[in-house]
Order: sequence, then structure tokens, then C-alpha cells
Amino acid sequence: MNEATPMSPRPSSASTANISRPGDTTPPGAPERPAPQAPGTPRTGAGSAGRPRQGLKARLMKPRTGGLLVLAVVVAVLPAFLQNAFHYDVAIQIGFNAIVAIGLNLLIGYCGQISLGHAGFLGVGAYFSAITVTNFGWPPLLSLVVAAVVVGLLAFVIARPILRLKGHYLAMATLGIGLIISIILNQEAQLTGGPDGMIVDPFTVFGFEFKKPWHWYSLVGGLLVIAAWLSLNIIDSPVGRALRAVHGSEVAAEVVGVDTTRYKVMIFVVSAVFASVVGSLGAHYIMFLSPQEASFFHSVELVIMVVLGGMASTFGAVVGAATLTALPQFLTFLEDYEHLIFGLILMLVMIFLPKGVVPSLAALFKRGGEK
Amino acid sequence: MTLKHTRRTFMAAVAALGVAAAASLPGNAQAADEPIKIGTFLSVTGPASFLGDPELKTLQMYVDKINAEGGVNGQPLELVHYDTGGDPNKAVTFVKRLIAQDEVDAIVGGSTSGESLAVMPLMERFEVPFISFAGSKKIVDPVQAWTFKTPHTDTMACEKIFEDMKKRGFTQIAMISGTGGFGQSMQAECQGVAPDYGIEILADETYGPKDTDMTAQLTSIKNTPGVQAVLNPGFGQGPAIVTKNYRQLQIDAPLYQSHGVASKKFIELAGDAAEGVRLPAAALLVAEQLSDDDPQKPVVTGYKAAYEEKHGEGSVSTFGGHAYDGLMLIVDAMKTAGSSEPQAVRDALENTKGYMGTAGEVNFSENDHLGLTPDAFRMLEIRNGDWVLVDDTTG
Repeated sequence: MNEATPMSPRPSSASTANISRPGDTTPPGAPERPAPQAPGTPRTGAGSAGRPRQGLKARLMKPRTGGLLVLAVVVAVLPAFLQNAFHYDVAIQIGFNAIVAIGLNLLIGYCGQISLGHAGFLGVGAYFSAITVTNFGWPPLLSLVVAAVVVGLLAFVIARPILRLKGHYLAMATLGIGLIISIILNQEAQLTGGPDGMIVDPFTVFGFEFKKPWHWYSLVGGLLVIAAWLSLNIIDSPVGRALRAVHGSEVAAEVVGVDTTRYKVMIFVVSAVFASVVGSLGAHYIMFLSPQEASFFHSVELVIMVVLGGMASTFGAVVGAATLTALPQFLTFLEDYEHLIFGLILMLVMIFLPKGVVPSLAALFKRGGEK
Repeated sequence: MTLKHTRRTFMAAVAALGVAAAASLPGNAQAADEPIKIGTFLSVTGPASFLGDPELKTLQMYVDKINAEGGVNGQPLELVHYDTGGDPNKAVTFVKRLIAQDEVDAIVGGSTSGESLAVMPLMERFEVPFISFAGSKKIVDPVQAWTFKTPHTDTMACEKIFEDMKKRGFTQIAMISGTGGFGQSMQAECQGVAPDYGIEILADETYGPKDTDMTAQLTSIKNTPGVQAVLNPGFGQGPAIVTKNYRQLQIDAPLYQSHGVASKKFIELAGDAAEGVRLPAAALLVAEQLSDDDPQKPVVTGYKAAYEEKHGEGSVSTFGGHAYDGLMLIVDAMKTAGSSEPQAVRDALENTKGYMGTAGEVNFSENDHLGLTPDAFRMLEIRNGDWVLVDDTTG
């Protein structure tokens, strides 16, 4: 990725124009080999392909393993600080959101495509699981896998035509899909329970019921590490380089022989599947499901997590999800001013850390280190 | 080297951040002088704020009032409130916070049905007495040991309307329902109970919550032979548009609206077209018109006067009334039980008999955690831009 990539989202246009209009200000990159690493994105792992084999220590310090290790340690150590069911709940919600954000970051941050309808995929996964398990008695795990396949197929079918669109048109199309899914979930009341929602059976695997907070914490924590690992590997692979080429300049990418549509569709499907799995698990965790899960606002919230944490940064997505999920819990003492302050914090972050929390802070550290 | 160094520093920072964040999550507050803690979670902001706002104001007002009068069982009340924005997932998190962290003695709230239904399993698991302010029948059917609710159900509104229709000799009706949550639910309930009243639904039309013209559906109803009355379950501005279109098409059959439009806003929106429309509503709306020997009169006039004194003339709503009932029921149960111990409060709550609230007379029992009858609704007619009680006049 190139330094000049239009990636500085301002609050007003954060979610649409800038992200998905490749090539306007960017000179055509060199998609075949990784572009020089932008200071804002030190953990993309770019440049590792051509590197010679390294020692264990060096390997550990590679973002792919090192960063992952930090994440795993944080996940493992965190329970020591969780005092009650509420703390666990916040941590689990962060985990759920972080997994979706990691998937969405692949699409928005690396591939440069916007989706304002991801809560729709999450909703389809959630309702598929909820309905098949609660009403038809499927085993939850089977249901989760089938839901992921169904959502993957759905995303594939949708992606082929809409990923031909760019900029505002792509944003509009994904927005439309999200809204359509949301409307269907609201209207098909005999199946989905309508706007009042439906009660969902607990999550059981081979007779073991996930009931205690730490059961869920272990499951979600584990999945989060796996999701981060998957994401880092995708980015570090030839696919990842192709994606960043697409982000840099779609035309240039095509010229050098990257099948841009194929990669875009692929990553769209992957991120939809991430959302679907979280949807399925979330429905079982809360044991209640309402169409709000698939609402437009939820989609926007997910995009904010990615943008706030830092686009094109897997750990940025995690930090963004954590911030957006936990911050409101710290602000409750402000009563009526809660939302005002929350909005203000988001605005300040985007003004002073325009590349998102993680890339901006990383750049700051780097500059400090060089002095 | 610099890059590596940076990465290491950065990772350390991230780890430190995570740990610090976890450590500084609001810790358990140590109770100093043992107040009774009442937890509440309401949609004070967001699309359902018209419910949550009056509910919170009512709770705050009456908790202060009760404390000024010496509290409950000699202990002061403390209200712990969180705003859900109408999101069931947030409601679940906040209820966990209320139970696990704030260690509340009882919980009231849940402005929307979604929020209430989502948190019910928690109340059962952690055994906390809970009174919901939301409409859905699913909250108390089937009955859950720890969950109660104060507002009327849609079924009762249907029953009240059909009762009135029967009195006036209408047996063949048409329905035009909104497809929002409220309209959908009430449409299904009305279809369910119509046969019990010998009422036949000849035409059943729907409209979307954001539609701006319902002439097509109403024309179809107008052209259905034998329609004696029309019922419009709906919420928000839809019913006002239906009412206007209804007059434009000069349909003669009387129009019934639901309790969903029982606010002055509806009369403002529908204007002259609202004349003659009938609807079931809580007594609160016509507090002054109740006859003096009505046992509900002192309760509703008292609440209305207190609320309007603080928040301005005409600000009272039935939603705030649901919160008033919920708080008073819990307080009564605590007084009866002589403690705030959850099991005792729940048992006392279930044995509540003859409590007169803004929604009507409440008689809870083991099989009934709603405790209201259709009589709790009053049949109103809109005349000269105001509500008129027609319960007794039509006989």
C-alpha cells in the first residue's frame, strides 16, 4: 500500500467516498511486489514475502506471530481482572464485535471496498441458527456451519454484481442489501417473531451446554485469536498482496494480471462468513434475537469500529471493537450527556488520529523511536 | 531495528492498555448505609425514547418523593438507571451490570418488548423480581416466576373494542393494520379473539409504517359489502393518515383506533378527521372525566397533577403511568414483605390484590402476572378535539 492512498477518513465522509475510490490520487502502485510499508500500517506484514528465513526471535517479532502472541496473552490474562458476570459480558461482547470487525477490515481496510450492510449478514446467520435450532431442533454446531455456508453463498451471489460498483454506488448497494434483509426479518413474523424478536435455545455441543460466562469467554476468546490468525495470514499471502493492489489502484492491478473481481468477491464472502458465525453464536449467547441485530445502525457501528481502530490493521479492528463496546459502559455516569460525550470522543479521535487509533499511535511511537 | 523496537513498544502499550482498561472497569461499590437499590433500564434515547423518557422521569420523581416521606421499611430507595437506546443486546449487558455489579434488590423497566423479553432469562436465573413496562403478551404468557408487567396487552385492547362493537350491534368489520411491531402484533391478537365476540373480519388490509397514503386499501374496504365498522391497529403517524383518508373517501362506517394512538399528538395530526373516532385507552387520559365514585380517580388525578406540575401542562402520558405502577407495586410488595429480600418480595408481589394503579386494578396470582382485565381500558370518543369517555353513555 502506498503512503498517498486516500485513507484519511474525516468524520463526515468516513464511511463512503474515500475508502472505496481507488486510484484518484494514488500513482499506480507496483502490485506484483509489496509496496513499501506505509508508516501508518506497520502490522500489515507487508514485505515479509521476500525476506530470508529468520531466527526464532525474529520470527516471533513478526507481526503475524508477535502480534498474535500479544493478543493471545491478553485474552488469556484478562479473566484475572474480570470480577463478575457483567465484566465477562462486556469482554464477550468485545470479542464478538472484534471478530466481525476483523472480517470487515479485510474488506474495507485492505481491499478498499465499503459495506454498509454487514449487519444484514450477521442477522441472516443469527436467524438461520435461531430458527433451525429453536424451531426445528437442529444441533447448534451444525446449524452454525450451515448458516455460514448459506451466508457465504448469499454473499457470493450478491457480490458478483455489486462489487462491479464503486464508491457511493457500492455503498448504496450494500446499504440496500442490509435494509432488504432487515425488512424481511421484520416482516416474516411467523418465522422470525417480527419486530418483538424471538427467544433462542442455548448453545450446546455434544450435550455440553455453554452456560457459565467463562465457557463463553473461552469460546469467543479462542475464536478471536483464530480470526486474527486467519486475517493476518490472508494479508500476508499472495491473496493479501493482490487485495492491496486492488486497494491501491484497481486498473493497475488488472493491468498486471490480478483478477480483481475474483479477489474482491472472495474477501467479501470471507467477511460475510465471519459476521455469520458471530451472528449465530451471539444469538445463542444472548438467547434472544431481534431484527435490530440486522439494522442499518448496527452495520454503521461495525464500520465505525474498523475506521476508529485503524483501517488496514487487524489489531486496529480489535482495538476499535473494544473501544466502541466498552466506552459506553464507562460513560454511563454522565447520564444525559452520555451520547454527547461519546460522539465528541469519536470526533476527537478521528480528528487527531485520522488513520485510526492503532496505526496513528504506531506511527507516533515510530517517530519517537527515531529521534 | 527501529521498526522492531517500535513494534515491541507498541505491543507492550496495547497489552498495558488492555490490562488497564480491565482493571479500571467500574468496581463494586461498597454500600455504606444500606439503601434499597431499584435497578432500571429504559430506552431514554433512540426510536423508543417516547416511552423511556416519561418512564425515567416518573421513576426519579417518585423515588425522590418516597425518600422524602421516609423511604421503604425505614430504608431510603436508590434508583440505578442505564439507557439502552432500545437495543435488546445492550439491555442484556446493563441488566447483568445491575445484577452482578450494582447488586440491585429489584428491577423495573424495559420500555420495549424486545428489551424485556431479552432480559427475562437473566431474571429467572439470578432470581431478581422484575416488572416490565412493555406491551407484549409474551412477557407474561407463559408465566415466569420472577417476571411481572404493568401495561395492558394488545389482546385486551381487541377485547375492549369488540365489546363496544357488539354493544353497538356491529358483527361484520374490516381491519386495516400497520405492519410495524405494534400493528402486526395487535392484528394477530384481534384476529384471534374476534370469533369469541361473534365478529367476522370481512376485509384485512395492511400498510407500511412509512406509507403516506392509504386510499387504495381504504377504497378496497369501502367496496367490500357489509362492513359495519373499521378497526385500525397501528402506531405513530400511520393511523392519523388512515383517519384522514377515511374521511376523504367518506366512508360511513364508524372508525376504531387502538390504544396505540392514545395521545394528543394523534388529534393534532388527524385534525377534524379525528371527530367521532373511538379508541380504548387508559383512564389516565380522561382523569378529570372519571366519576367521583370511581376508585381509580384519585390515583390517576394524583399522578397526573404531580407529573404535570414538574414537567409542564399536558405532558402526562400512559407510558409514565406504567412506570408509576411498576414502582408502586414493588414498593408495596417490599412493605408487605417487610424486607427487600428477593424471594419475599417476589412472593408478596405475586399475592398483590386490589392494587389500584393508573392502568387499572391489579390482581396478581400464580397464573397471572399481568393482573388486569379488559375493564381496565376505557372506551373514548374524540369530540371537539378532545377525549370523551363513552363507556357509560352507550350502555
